[in-house]
Amino acid sequence: MRLQYPTNVRIIEVPCTGKVDIIHLLLAFEQGADGVIVVGCMEGDCHYMAGNLYAKKRVQRVKEILDRVGLGGERVGMYNLSSGMGGRFAEIVREMTNKIMELGPSPIRFAKGTAVRAAGEVAA
Amino acid sequence: MIKAIPKPMEEIINYVQDCTKLLIAGCDGCVTVCEAGGLKEAKVLAAALRLYFTQGGRQAQVDETSLTRQCEKEYLAQLSDRIDQYDAVVSLACGVGIQHLAEIYDKKVVYPGVDTCFLGVNEERGLYSERCQACGRCILAETGGVCPIARCSKRMLNGPCGGSEGGKCEVSKDTPCGWELIYERLKTLGQLDRFETPTVPKDWTTSRDGGPRKIVREDLRI
Repeated sequence: MRLQYPTNVRIIEVPCTGKVDIIHLLLAFEQGADGVIVVGCMEGDCHYMAGNLYAKKRVQRVKEILDRVGLGGERVGMYNLSSGMGGRFAEIVREMTNKIMELGPSPIRFAKGTAVRAAGEVAA
Repeated sequence: MIKAIPKPMEEIINYVQDCTKLLIAGCDGCVTVCEAGGLKEAKVLAAALRLYFTQGGRQAQVDETSLTRQCEKEYLAQLSDRIDQYDAVVSLACGVGIQHLAEIYDKKVVYPGVDTCFLGVNEERGLYSERCQACGRCILAETGGVCPIARCSKRMLNGPCGGSEGGKCEVSKDTPCGWELIYERLKTLGQLDRFETPTVPKDWTTSRDGGPRKIVREDLRI
């Protein structure tokens, strides 16, 4: 298909999104990720019955945590795709990348010095 | 087992916002089973607090650990060599463990990370319900193994009351009537004649009548 999507995305493969825990998502933000998306199978199609449904709940919990600690829950999201939806995957990655670009770097990166605020920009 | 729920993040942040070195202490006992205060929850809370401090431009150390049981001093002793380095400890144990931690380390500020709710069962993952109020004198032998103290909203000893309708309690349509449960259970056991003898008034001296309770088992003590 030779689909193009932004190169600033790091893909971490897991056997099932049910393997992705809250702590994994929070550690990604601690290590400086500006945004994280969890991409699982279509709801109702989980080989392990409910892995993607568990992931959905956990992503929702991480959104709440990020809102409460000041990072903003919009930096994390979950999408459900089948293996035949490569085009949609590339589209989602572009959408998420654009959204993160609009939000700007994570406050964690400013604090760690791996991102610098533009002249005149003030912390949210 | 003891059932608890995590405290809201805002409340915990409010307690610890001035700290620079913080320990999140989980408990591997009851609160691990109800997924409120085990090692996993301690790690999540610690990560969330690190994010909170870092995004606010604060340098704070937030570590996590989990003890086998915080209600036993032998396990709390495992913190003795490092607890001094922390400004405060957020304990994710039940109210018993939190108090015991504060008692053993009496100069350390200890904050609760969970709200302890009741003694109950796991109906399924994420669904827990009360079964015992630890009144100190068990009458389950007379009530078919269903406790009217914990399961009846009025703690009636001779129920059901007029508020029981269709097997549900008037307090909530989601709450089964404790005495309906007792009736059905006794019917299953063929012991409905139990209803012909009123239950005598309960001896509440073993409950909270005399203030905080204590068990002294001389057969176990040396």
